[in-house]
Amino acid sequence: MDLAYTEEEEEFRARLRAWLADVLPHLPPRPDPSDWPGRRAYDLGWQRRLHDAGYAGLHWPVDAGGQGATPTQHLIYLEETERAGAPYVGANFVGLLHAGPTVAAEGSPEQRRRWLPPILRGDEVWCQGFSEPDAGSDLASLRTRAVRDGDHYVVSGSKIWTSHAEVADWCELLVRTTPVTDDMPKHRGISWLAMPMDAPGVTVRPLRTLAGSTEFAEMFLDEVRVPVGNRVGEENDGWRVTMVTLSFERGTAFVGEVVACRRTLTALAAEARKNGRWDDAVLRRRLGRLNVEFSALWRLTQWNVSEAQRTGGVPGTGGSVFKLRYSHARQELYDTAAEVLGPDSLDLGREWNLDRLSSLSYTIAAGTSQIQRNIVAERILGLPKGR
Amino acid sequence: MDFQLTEDQRALRSGVRELLAGRFGREALRALADAPEPPALDRELWRDLGVAGFFALRLPERDGGVGLGLPEAVLAFEEAGRALLPGPLVATHLAAGEVEGAATGDTVVTAVDSSGLVPWLDASDVVRGDAAGAVPIRSVDPLTPLHRAPAGAPDPLATLLTAAEQLGSAARSCETAVRYARERTQFGQPIGAFQAVKHLCAQMLVRTELARSAVYAAAVTADPAEIRAAALLADEAAVQGARDCLQVHGGMGFTWEADVHLYLKRAWLRAELGPSAGAVEEEWAAAL
Repeated sequence: MDLAYTEEEEEFRARLRAWLADVLPHLPPRPDPSDWPGRRAYDLGWQRRLHDAGYAGLHWPVDAGGQGATPTQHLIYLEETERAGAPYVGANFVGLLHAGPTVAAEGSPEQRRRWLPPILRGDEVWCQGFSEPDAGSDLASLRTRAVRDGDHYVVSGSKIWTSHAEVADWCELLVRTTPVTDDMPKHRGISWLAMPMDAPGVTVRPLRTLAGSTEFAEMFLDEVRVPVGNRVGEENDGWRVTMVTLSFERGTAFVGEVVACRRTLTALAAEARKNGRWDDAVLRRRLGRLNVEFSALWRLTQWNVSEAQRTGGVPGTGGSVFKLRYSHARQELYDTAAEVLGPDSLDLGREWNLDRLSSLSYTIAAGTSQIQRNIVAERILGLPKGR
Repeated sequence: MDFQLTEDQRALRSGVRELLAGRFGREALRALADAPEPPALDRELWRDLGVAGFFALRLPERDGGVGLGLPEAVLAFEEAGRALLPGPLVATHLAAGEVEGAATGDTVVTAVDSSGLVPWLDASDVVRGDAAGAVPIRSVDPLTPLHRAPAGAPDPLATLLTAAEQLGSAARSCETAVRYARERTQFGQPIGAFQAVKHLCAQMLVRTELARSAVYAAAVTADPAEIRAAALLADEAAVQGARDCLQVHGGMGFTWEADVHLYLKRAWLRAELGPSAGAVEEEWAAAL
């Protein structure tokens, strides 16, 4: 068990730190959160800088144009960029973290040439069309249909929870190419398509969340024609194609967020000392408890990343363990922020209050806590499937 | 960074597990639990532990020790916690090299904890700290006789090794609950197929794994504040884990015959040793 970073890892950190110190002061001002074209341009601009400096696709394999960095280097990258206040992955999220790696793992040489370089260079934005109004936790029951017509699929249906749909060039889309029958598992018959977002029949409608913003969109597909050549993997094999990447979790998913939470906690303590709430022993202990919690979550991150490093990044059910604890801790953090602020917690103009609203999605998005507990119980502990 | 067990550490862990399974299996545990009080300390077992290097684990080889470090000691104590091994293990281990005969298991050493609790006072040859005027109490844990005395000095290493025992206990509770949930059938199916039961078990594992990374990291850094934080999480994982295990066992969990209560009672006891949760939370708040 070794928590010390190797000389090579420390060199990587120092080089990255120097580059960040050099480049961050010259970034353009951050766009308003409601300015989608502005956000796209800003996020792609950052990706271009990463690309030109040799940091694009850090965790991607070298033969896909990435840097082939180790999980530990990826952890250092996420830790340092968060500490330095660098831009988030933003509009590049789906391209860099899911669609791109899927194409890299399962795409043909031609598909890799077409789609991967623009993601790495910061030229194209991808969004994700997986969930549907009637297919959330039970994703495999999705019903968006794709019917073959010559060398095209004709796609109809609707998708939901799509981030950056308004400004995306491509959508990684899960469609049903074979209707479900009683004698067939429903995760069969699904295919993975790259759908151009400017195709006729694609309608995007912003979805206003309880935070008042439109981080997500609904997508309506009305006989959208997608070339068969845009299918990655075999027809009806899309579920496996998707899971190859979804389970490719190297323990780094929440590195930046844990770093940010620890910074927020320090700021909360400073605010409590300033406004007098620090004298409340119950609140003080709650802050101390959260400090213990996030410091342990950081150690668990290092544990999971080290495990991924040893196994070459094999499926991490450990990710479910982490997400379960982290998502609740994050909600607890912002509930504690509200306690520190008192009546000011009702003022959306004050720091942390919008974050408190956003944190409500943490126990729901990317697998609800209930689904995660099923995963832990069935896949790690070996309890029988049931209801 | 390579925050995972090394080959040697894995081998050590399974070696200790095998040793304890052979020397202190379920029969030995039940014999103690069902014996008329008070429990006697098994001197032969103590010497076997000494021969195996359990107490001399961290002593340099030139002093007759095994020459290993805190991480290895933590792994050994995790196994002791998993097996619910009785006796003042932590105090004797920490006395190795300082008290004659402790390293070999010939001398049984206890200590006055910073909580004022003194385990196994009557059975011990040496007591570290001032146990003058210590009074016996009716111990909740049938396998650990207890005295109360004025508080002793805090000892982070004792806190770390006790946390390691809690970790082993938490892991064992989770495994026991899962095994029972797979075997016990109600309403025509194993109760482990019910989500209500599944989710209890999943939460047990989550608490255990968070405590594990905290305890292991504290063993690597040996930082006293990190040790106390890890102990806080390990106490929670062990106590709540035993509670949930009891719940999964239903009525059986409430019997003397099931082992569950032995884990819960020992977890309660260990949680009282060392600093209180409130003190640790205050310490970590002040550090913000």
